[in-house]
Amino acid sequence: MEKHLFLGDEAIAQAAIDAGLSGVYAYPGTPSTEITEYIQNSPIARERGIHSHWSANEKTAMEAALGMSYAGKRSLCCMKHVGMNVAADCFMNAAMSGINGGMIIVTADDPSMHSSQNEQDNRLYGHFAMLPMLEPSNQQEAYDMVYHGFELSERLGYPILLRITTRMAHSRAGVETAALREENEMNCPADGRQRYILLPALARKRFRALIEAQDVFMEASEQSAYNQYFDASDKSLGVITTGIAFNYLSENYPEGFTHPVLKIAQYPIPRKLVERLVEECDEILVLEEGYPYVEEQLKGFLANGPCVHGRLDGTLQRDGELTPDAVGQALGKTIERYYAIPEIVEQRPPALCQGCGHRDMYEALNEVVAEYGGAAKVFGDIGCYTLGALPPFRAIDSCIDMGASITMAKGAADAGVFPAISVIGDSTFTHSGMTGLLDCVNENTNITIVISDNETTAMTGGQDSAGTGRLESICAGIGVDPAHIRVMIPLKKNYEEMKRIIREEIEYKGVSVLIPRRECIQTLARKKKASKK
Amino acid sequence: MKTDIILSGVGGQGILSIAAVIGEAALEEGLYMKQAEVHGMSQRGGDVQSNLRLSDEPIASDLIPLGHADLIISLEPMESLRYLPYLRKEGWLVTNSRPFINIPRYPETERLEAELAKLPHTVVLDVEQLAKEAGSVRAANIVMLGAATPFLGIDYEKIEEGIRRIFGRKGEEVVAMNLKALKAGFDKANERK
Repeated sequence: MEKHLFLGDEAIAQAAIDAGLSGVYAYPGTPSTEITEYIQNSPIARERGIHSHWSANEKTAMEAALGMSYAGKRSLCCMKHVGMNVAADCFMNAAMSGINGGMIIVTADDPSMHSSQNEQDNRLYGHFAMLPMLEPSNQQEAYDMVYHGFELSERLGYPILLRITTRMAHSRAGVETAALREENEMNCPADGRQRYILLPALARKRFRALIEAQDVFMEASEQSAYNQYFDASDKSLGVITTGIAFNYLSENYPEGFTHPVLKIAQYPIPRKLVERLVEECDEILVLEEGYPYVEEQLKGFLANGPCVHGRLDGTLQRDGELTPDAVGQALGKTIERYYAIPEIVEQRPPALCQGCGHRDMYEALNEVVAEYGGAAKVFGDIGCYTLGALPPFRAIDSCIDMGASITMAKGAADAGVFPAISVIGDSTFTHSGMTGLLDCVNENTNITIVISDNETTAMTGGQDSAGTGRLESICAGIGVDPAHIRVMIPLKKNYEEMKRIIREEIEYKGVSVLIPRRECIQTLARKKKASKK
Repeated sequence: MKTDIILSGVGGQGILSIAAVIGEAALEEGLYMKQAEVHGMSQRGGDVQSNLRLSDEPIASDLIPLGHADLIISLEPMESLRYLPYLRKEGWLVTNSRPFINIPRYPETERLEAELAKLPHTVVLDVEQLAKEAGSVRAANIVMLGAATPFLGIDYEKIEEGIRRIFGRKGEEVVAMNLKALKAGFDKANERK
């Protein structure tokens, strides 16, 4: 065995390669991006020809991963938590079809919203789809769970949802790796049509099969080595941890646990182990990263049982990620703090880079928008340019989900808002903006769409963008009048020309697409550095 | 041994390059290590921090509890103060003295200095200046690493070896310059210790 210093994301990637992965499918999203990047840069992956090209969005990624699994090979699909909302159509129905080659879906959740617009807990998706889940507590467990997880997936016949959170994804620790396994041979399923054609008559059978499989999933969970029971003498309280909450609990008991502890890392929630804890202890404390998922389940099947403490009764904060201190406080430990943050310390929010093309786009746009008094509404989207919400720009009125800038602007225009403006990045446009543009074209909505094109997926670190070099032809293909697809170079010296074009296209009664195009200065700098070497 | 370190600065200053050398040395020493990093949106000129924990015994939490950090290493003076609730009573704060001003209400230098002076154990140094004297402003983070080395619980020689391994492929000249930068920071800190 070799020992490496891996991010949680890297441990997952290496484990998948070692387990005989044939393809990873993903769209970049913090904190999941490094999984796919690691595979893209892995010499073994390159030598084996493991698929690792970025997908246009999480839905196309998951469908492709399911297709690779259909053909008998092992596939991995990775996303940030909100990506699951995009992929959910495939996810729910992959639980109906089941899989052929082992398939692991990684959801990297972001409690405390370090780099996200919400903190949804995707264990609820696993529960919703009735699929088995794994939730590692450390980097080694993440490696082991993925390495053996493909086998588990193949044995059960279903995809496995692996749930991690930011601190797991982006923390480094030593990891021991296992032997490199051969890839699966291509082998399409003999009973494929019975399983993969979800026509109602067949789908009903598949749903019954999924229901029957629940007992098998439960048995796997109850026998899982990842779910551990630690006995201790003080039974006044029993503690349940999920995922990395186990580490925060351990941090508070450096000499060993004084209360019985049930560490859950594989789902469905292992019922017998929970029953044992409940029988032995007077009260229960649940420590979990994210929503009070286990806590609510427990309250459900313990209606008249012992008192359950956690996020629901205020023992722990209802929102935000756990910390060793939050866990310590819940256990009645005193937190010693010696120094306070001096009052002079100011907030330092992130900002668009100096020299970024989005800055020039907003400068010009803001001036034109101001000419309409308060009437103009600018619907923003997800990416670096969301920072246009902050001073000095304060340029956008919304940021909801990938692609919503175009369709919200459309709805607002339908309601009578003028000018209705959308600001979206190139990668977000190809992820989820194109279908919304088609809606606008079909109704000739009076809308001005700015695709701020920096020719990369910048916020997550400069991954390839699916439409680079083809945005005009994509828009024209969808049906935008080529006379109203206007490209400009966002630079200070071009402000007057940019403002003139923006004005003209706002005044045009119909769909206009403006494309301010200048490469991201970060990717440009990286390219220059690479070419010097 | 057990050393809990908070690295702080402004996105883009390169706190992770310091962590990389310490990590390399820690791994070579056979120590356990956990390092929680920050990626994504906050990297764009916002405040950034990383929790780095070293120990000769297994480490539980990726995050350092309040009041437990032995050391704060900061590439920016105001940022060094943001993490004070994590510092142990007898912990050390090692910070660059040169402000990175990208916000409108950045505190005056005298007030920053006054806050730093209230702490019992600090090393405040101009890493850019020392790096320039050592041969390259690009070695500023290595000067900072040198200044933090007396408090890491890892021998100076091991950190030197870490630098040799990481910069080795860039040639002997780059290695020598970085070692000089390391020494400059190390000497400065030892004056204070």
